[in-house]
Amino acid sequence: MAMTPTGGDATVEMPVFCLTEEHEHAAGGSTMLGFWIYLMSDCLLFAALFATYGVLGGSYAGGPAPKDLFELPLVAVNTSMLLLSSITYGFAMLATYKGRVGATQGWLIVTALFGLAFVGIELYEFTHMIHDGATPQRSAFLSAFFTLVGTHGLHVTVGLVWMVTLMLQVGQRGLIPENVRRLACLSLFWHFLDVIWIGVFTFVYLGGMLR
Amino acid sequence: MTTDSLMKMAFGRLTLDAFPIHEPILVATFAGVALGGAIVLGVISYFRLWGYLWREWFTTIDHKRIGIMYMILGLVMLLRGFADALMMRLQQAVAFGGAEGFLPAHHYDQIFTAHGVIMIFFMAMPFITGLMNFVVPLQIGARDVSFPFLNNFSFWMTAMGAALVMVSLFVGEFARTGWLAYPPLSGIAYSPDVGVDYYIWALQIAGVGTLLSGVNLIATIVKLRAPGMTMMKLPIFTWTALCTNVLIVAAFPILTVTLALLSLDRYVGTNFFTNDLGGNPMMYVNLIWIWGHPEVYILILPIFGVFSEVTATFSGKRLFGYTSMVYATVVITILSYLVWLHHFFTMGSGASVNSFFGITTMIISIPTGAKMFNWLFTLYRGRIRFELPMMWTLAFMLTFVIGGMTGVLLAVPPADFVLHNSLFLVAHFHNVIIGGVVFGVFAGISYWFPKAFGFRLDPFWGKMSFWFWVAGFYLAFMPLYVLGLMGVTRRLRHFEDPTLQVWFVIAAVGAALILLGIVSFLIQIYVSIRRREALRDRTGDPWGGRTLEWSTASPPPEYNFAFTPVVHDNDAWWDMKHRGFRRPVAGFNAIHMPRNTGAGFILAALSAIFGFAMIWHIWWLAALGFVAVLAVAIAHTFNYQRDFQIPANDVERTEAGRTRLLAAQA
Repeated sequence: MAMTPTGGDATVEMPVFCLTEEHEHAAGGSTMLGFWIYLMSDCLLFAALFATYGVLGGSYAGGPAPKDLFELPLVAVNTSMLLLSSITYGFAMLATYKGRVGATQGWLIVTALFGLAFVGIELYEFTHMIHDGATPQRSAFLSAFFTLVGTHGLHVTVGLVWMVTLMLQVGQRGLIPENVRRLACLSLFWHFLDVIWIGVFTFVYLGGMLR
Repeated sequence: MTTDSLMKMAFGRLTLDAFPIHEPILVATFAGVALGGAIVLGVISYFRLWGYLWREWFTTIDHKRIGIMYMILGLVMLLRGFADALMMRLQQAVAFGGAEGFLPAHHYDQIFTAHGVIMIFFMAMPFITGLMNFVVPLQIGARDVSFPFLNNFSFWMTAMGAALVMVSLFVGEFARTGWLAYPPLSGIAYSPDVGVDYYIWALQIAGVGTLLSGVNLIATIVKLRAPGMTMMKLPIFTWTALCTNVLIVAAFPILTVTLALLSLDRYVGTNFFTNDLGGNPMMYVNLIWIWGHPEVYILILPIFGVFSEVTATFSGKRLFGYTSMVYATVVITILSYLVWLHHFFTMGSGASVNSFFGITTMIISIPTGAKMFNWLFTLYRGRIRFELPMMWTLAFMLTFVIGGMTGVLLAVPPADFVLHNSLFLVAHFHNVIIGGVVFGVFAGISYWFPKAFGFRLDPFWGKMSFWFWVAGFYLAFMPLYVLGLMGVTRRLRHFEDPTLQVWFVIAAVGAALILLGIVSFLIQIYVSIRRREALRDRTGDPWGGRTLEWSTASPPPEYNFAFTPVVHDNDAWWDMKHRGFRRPVAGFNAIHMPRNTGAGFILAALSAIFGFAMIWHIWWLAALGFVAVLAVAIAHTFNYQRDFQIPANDVERTEAGRTRLLAAQA
């Protein structure tokens, strides 16, 4: 950017006090930072839920305990769905940066299907538990379990709605800078949910089986 | 289907009984509000201002106007919260022995809850957010914040939260739980009415606004600083704003979770904070104070920034110990997370835990003391001008030190066991919030008012307001220290021991003086508007300022700076003035600016409808509101045309106007 001194006496050495050219901050230049900060606040939201589960996770109130409820094979399938969706989202981003609209949308569809499978399996698990009487109202442990895992599931659902919206917008306008930025934000969000799920899988499911 | 169940489906819990027509105080208040509201709406309609208000203010994405709207919200809510305070002081001054006072318990409990909630969330928070919004982009030489639309949305979410609290006055009731709504009292078993639900949804909706505005201002400060402004050249107010917003982003999610868990307990029947089935009410108390303690630093840090700017400007000196000031701020930011348990030493966590939190609490007084000394040394051998902002600053320094010392006293766990929940505590936190935050807000308002509106505030009525406030504060709260030491607990509606009455009467007189202080402030604004020609600031720099906001016109043009400033010094504008900077008068460029949008207002209004429906269990409306919020939010993302150019000619015309003003001045 050109910087030329303005004002003052031309004969005296004068520092540059303002830019004569228009100083443009690139459109959306703060977006990735802003979204990161938002994600960190979301991370703290989960931290509070994990802490709650940590405190109440052993309060069964005479009701079922993790060992009676969790089916690790099912959770393993579920986890793999989410991890695979993260990989396919990575492929979508690679296609995006190469400017390939069709490939981007294709990978987004695959990602969304994996995500949908994840939400479906989780809902199946929840209804199964509720059917067996392990409702969120049964004990503080179950309240904390359903809230922590359910909040994660809700986030994935929001991610899916966002993904569909972005597929439409990419279809309408192609991979213009705004859309690439939005895809990158959703990418952060999606991988972030993966990280959270690894925490859930470890502390809630695996840890619960050891309890 | 019977009519009854049909009504229940259509209106949920909302019936005609929800309107408090049998409470004379509320009916009179409602009549007053309705009359006042009708007059305001009538005047707006008569002068055909609706279009102007909508186009220029409600939909604005200009950080300066949003900042001003925050300040107006804070002022309106100050009046409401103070009305509550007056009623409490009056009740406690008269309800002795046989006299019951004028407030029934049911009403009194709502008043002390509403007073606390309003003063923290809807008076103090909008005031400091407003100051930060207005000042930060100007101080860092930016055109606007990073996310201007989000800024408008944040404001309206805060305003809608406040609106819900106001609605609770006339439709249903507010919580009777105290301002933090501890369970099990706030649980469904003991508070089956709508009061706690109003509390929850008002705070959740406003909380979204606060969090997003925190994200926005951090991104702004990190990304949009003028060239040359390194982090250690940031004006000190902007530094404190940065730390405060970091605290907001790190603390408000905890509040969101805490209130969400309480809602689940109330709506779904989960057992987080219940007495049975494994619930743990003390977990709520822990969680809410993990948010609550940082919250008090969220309020005070930017105010420390205000005092730093004011002290330097009105002493005509560079701020003493800039670097130590920055580090003190950062240390307070970190320590504020390590002290939350001092709010409930009496929980009984044992000596080691209590000692840990007692010691961390005492440690906070070290960086705070360092700040106090920095201000003192800035004053030392300065050319002090006793303008209004400086007077508030000096009053703060004296008052806040007293409040800080009683705070350190409360940080000693054995002392706290005696003083916990007493009027000593009430006196302490009013001492730091009024003596700190409120005095600071008034200092900030009188300091930046000329920048915002182009004329100074009338000094005579400002001094009236100042002396009434300061004298009123001491009269109102020093007696509470005495009463607290005598063992009087907080939130009592009636007393048996007549020897205590004299102290409460003194406190009520103090509250009356504060009322005069507030009235004087309103008169000050009115008189200043009438005398605006005499008080006009044509230079843009009425106080001999040091930072960049004083380098542009008062009020600043919508683009803030015609040319982006380049910074060489901590006190950038002082440096420019003293090295002979001359304002360029030609060669203007077109400027890119974001475009106004109504989406923020619409989204916030729909959120308020959703909240109202949830409060009253009107499920169909809640579902409709939720879907509508989602639909509008998604539809808004399909709008890609979000900015426009201000042509170079327009910039030139605006700047030529300023050139003429400056020439006439010289």
